[in-house]
Amino acid sequence: MADLGSACLLLALAVCAYGIGASLYGVRRGRPEFSESGRRAVYALAGILTVAFVVLEVAFLRNDFAFNTVADTSSRTTPAFYRAAAVWSSQEGSLLLWAWLLSLWASLALFLTRKRMRDVAAYATAILLGFGGFFVSLMVFYATPFATTRPAPVEGAGLDPLLRFPTMMIHPPMLYSGYTLCTIPLAFGMGALLARRVDADWIRATRRFAFAAWLFLGMGILLGARWSYSELGWGGYWGWDAVENASLMPWLTGTAFLHSLMIQEKRGMLKVWNVSLVLATGTLAIMGTFLVRSGILNSIHAFGGATLGVPFVTLIGVLIAGSIYLVVSRRDMLRSEHRLDSLLSRESIFLANNLVLVGLCFVIFWGTYFPLISEALTGREASVGPPWFDRYTVPLALVLVLLSGIGPVIAWRRATLANARRHFLLPAGCALLTLLVLLAAGIQEKPFAIAMFCCGAFVFGSIGGEFFRGARARRAMAHEAVPVALLALVRRNRRRYGGYIVHIGMAVLFIGVAASSSFQHASELGLSPGQSTRVGAYSIRYVRPTATITPKYDAAHTGSTLSLGAVLDVSKHGHHVATLRPSEGYYASEEASQGSVGSLIGGQPVSHVSMDAGLSRDVWTAIEPDIETPTLQKIVSVGNRTLPPEDAVVAIGYLARAYLQHPPQAQFHFIVSPLVMWIWVGGLIVFGGGLIAIWPAPSVVRSRVRTRLRARAAHGLARA
Amino acid sequence: MSLLAAVLIAALLAGVVFVVSAPLRVARRPPEPDSAARDELEVAREAKYREIRDAELDYRTGKLSREDYEAVDGALRAEALEILKRLED
Repeated sequence: MADLGSACLLLALAVCAYGIGASLYGVRRGRPEFSESGRRAVYALAGILTVAFVVLEVAFLRNDFAFNTVADTSSRTTPAFYRAAAVWSSQEGSLLLWAWLLSLWASLALFLTRKRMRDVAAYATAILLGFGGFFVSLMVFYATPFATTRPAPVEGAGLDPLLRFPTMMIHPPMLYSGYTLCTIPLAFGMGALLARRVDADWIRATRRFAFAAWLFLGMGILLGARWSYSELGWGGYWGWDAVENASLMPWLTGTAFLHSLMIQEKRGMLKVWNVSLVLATGTLAIMGTFLVRSGILNSIHAFGGATLGVPFVTLIGVLIAGSIYLVVSRRDMLRSEHRLDSLLSRESIFLANNLVLVGLCFVIFWGTYFPLISEALTGREASVGPPWFDRYTVPLALVLVLLSGIGPVIAWRRATLANARRHFLLPAGCALLTLLVLLAAGIQEKPFAIAMFCCGAFVFGSIGGEFFRGARARRAMAHEAVPVALLALVRRNRRRYGGYIVHIGMAVLFIGVAASSSFQHASELGLSPGQSTRVGAYSIRYVRPTATITPKYDAAHTGSTLSLGAVLDVSKHGHHVATLRPSEGYYASEEASQGSVGSLIGGQPVSHVSMDAGLSRDVWTAIEPDIETPTLQKIVSVGNRTLPPEDAVVAIGYLARAYLQHPPQAQFHFIVSPLVMWIWVGGLIVFGGGLIAIWPAPSVVRSRVRTRLRARAAHGLARA
Repeated sequence: MSLLAAVLIAALLAGVVFVVSAPLRVARRPPEPDSAARDELEVAREAKYREIRDAELDYRTGKLSREDYEAVDGALRAEALEILKRLED
């Protein structure tokens, strides 16, 4: 079946080349049948890549180690659940996933716009096929997922244990969906510039895709943070890692675009800004993929080989140069149709929000890429750490949260100071009350965290007031009960109120970040069974060690051979709170030099975190057992000398028993963090609000509104 | 290459050619009149309607004073009518 996969890639490349040529010929020569044929080439690409993806997925599920990718990233001992996800853990598989998702989203976008903007869509088709062709070329010439070795190895290397975590099943597809969706507004934006049709039509056509990109990217980022917190043994959810930053940057510019596009739709303003944001978002999405796949980074998230750097840099260079040329050459057509009516208007707040978001993106861009550029020029490794990022991003985040509370209470076009003052009373009161409560509770240090709590309270007051006033207005008109009025309000104004819910979710998320990062208690120390320590208000006692031998499949489906851990008793003021069981998994390695027993546990050890998560705080624990003691090492060395590989697991049994009978001191990492749960809750609220905002309004309602507004407009004409 | 793979590749190739060439196989249609200007106006009309609705909601939720609302609403309706006129022309 590898032949079928390889043939699919060659066919996909040919289809991309044909589709680009047909689309451009069709639009330049006024031959719509060729543009239509080019559009169908995108559908064909989606079909071909679906077949290729299925071929690779089946190879993983059937343990077909003749495929080099399967042999490198899977094994018979890898649980089936993770074998299915192992496709995108490899360089080759992830490139295929990227191209496949791109073809699916592009097909959907072009299908939905098949009867509109034919000239813009034809250019967009060529650009999207250009992206598709680029990624297919990488698979054909640099990293083919269908390379085989005969005879096939009997066993594979297995999936990286760090990736054996449920969210890893959906984190990469979410992130890649976000990245690939970012290219759709980019393609249509470039198409609009090429076709010289820079009105709001292309924005309207791709608005939902921009929103979907934002939503998927955001969820992908959040799932990655959750993985980092729950799986990696360092206890954090965000480390300003270059790959994390790479996914955050297009999300930030995408957020700015989602706000500023409303100004172009309503007022015909900010055309240069919007098209620049779209082009920047798409380019940053490609740069994000470049960081992960080019091999220039040494990161837990980076999986690439060094061979892909040059093609990616070339693509990014073409994108940047092309974007600048298009915007500069079309600057006359991109002039604003109106000016700001008032500085006190929602447009102004959106502009401020855009500046803060782009400022955040710039800071992160500088902190991420400057060390790479510096290293490339000087040859010296350089990096900036979390304190550098925090210094600039924390104040900007505060302003952003505050603006997300100010914007909703300011009217479009112009707002009077008196009305604004009246609407600010409730949010300002909430912020002030929060400040007083915090000060009364003795929380006076950590000014940035306190400021974030107050800004969050401001947002709750502001959005709560908006819902209240909206429901009251609705009730006055329709005489509905409060819940019905609220539902009708949201249903009839999905974008507005969905957006407000997103603001609430972001405020909740930022409060969780501020609280957990500023007020956490952490401790790293060695404990023997029976010993206790205090972490914040909690007492943690090491009750007893644990050991589990899992030669094939363990209960947690992680695939580790041996797992050593501890039972911990967590109490507060003498009352039992939770029993936690952190452990460390030891995996088999491929290195025969480690001996028959040593190789069974010689792979990368992986920490399995145990925590008691709650609404007010998380108690997070990780263990690093000591298996280098003379007693345990003696068992391994004797086993290596005397036991053949098929019996080596017997020595692992002895090792586990010895560990339980004479447990050495183990290293523990304890963290008590307040309000971490609210980060994930905030993310879910954002997701819910995003879905509401993106969901199409019922066509019946839409047409009814249209009819009524037409009548009103006609009435207005009569009045005039 | 196995026979099955060869058959599947041939079927895929035939399918792709069939799908992609379909618009080229039908008789050439006369070029459709350019509807770009009309599309643009329709987008502007929809946006204007939405703006009128948003202004009304802003007024009803107390964000716009009556005077401001009347001024904004009047301007928006005039703009909407201008778009409707251009659409009718």
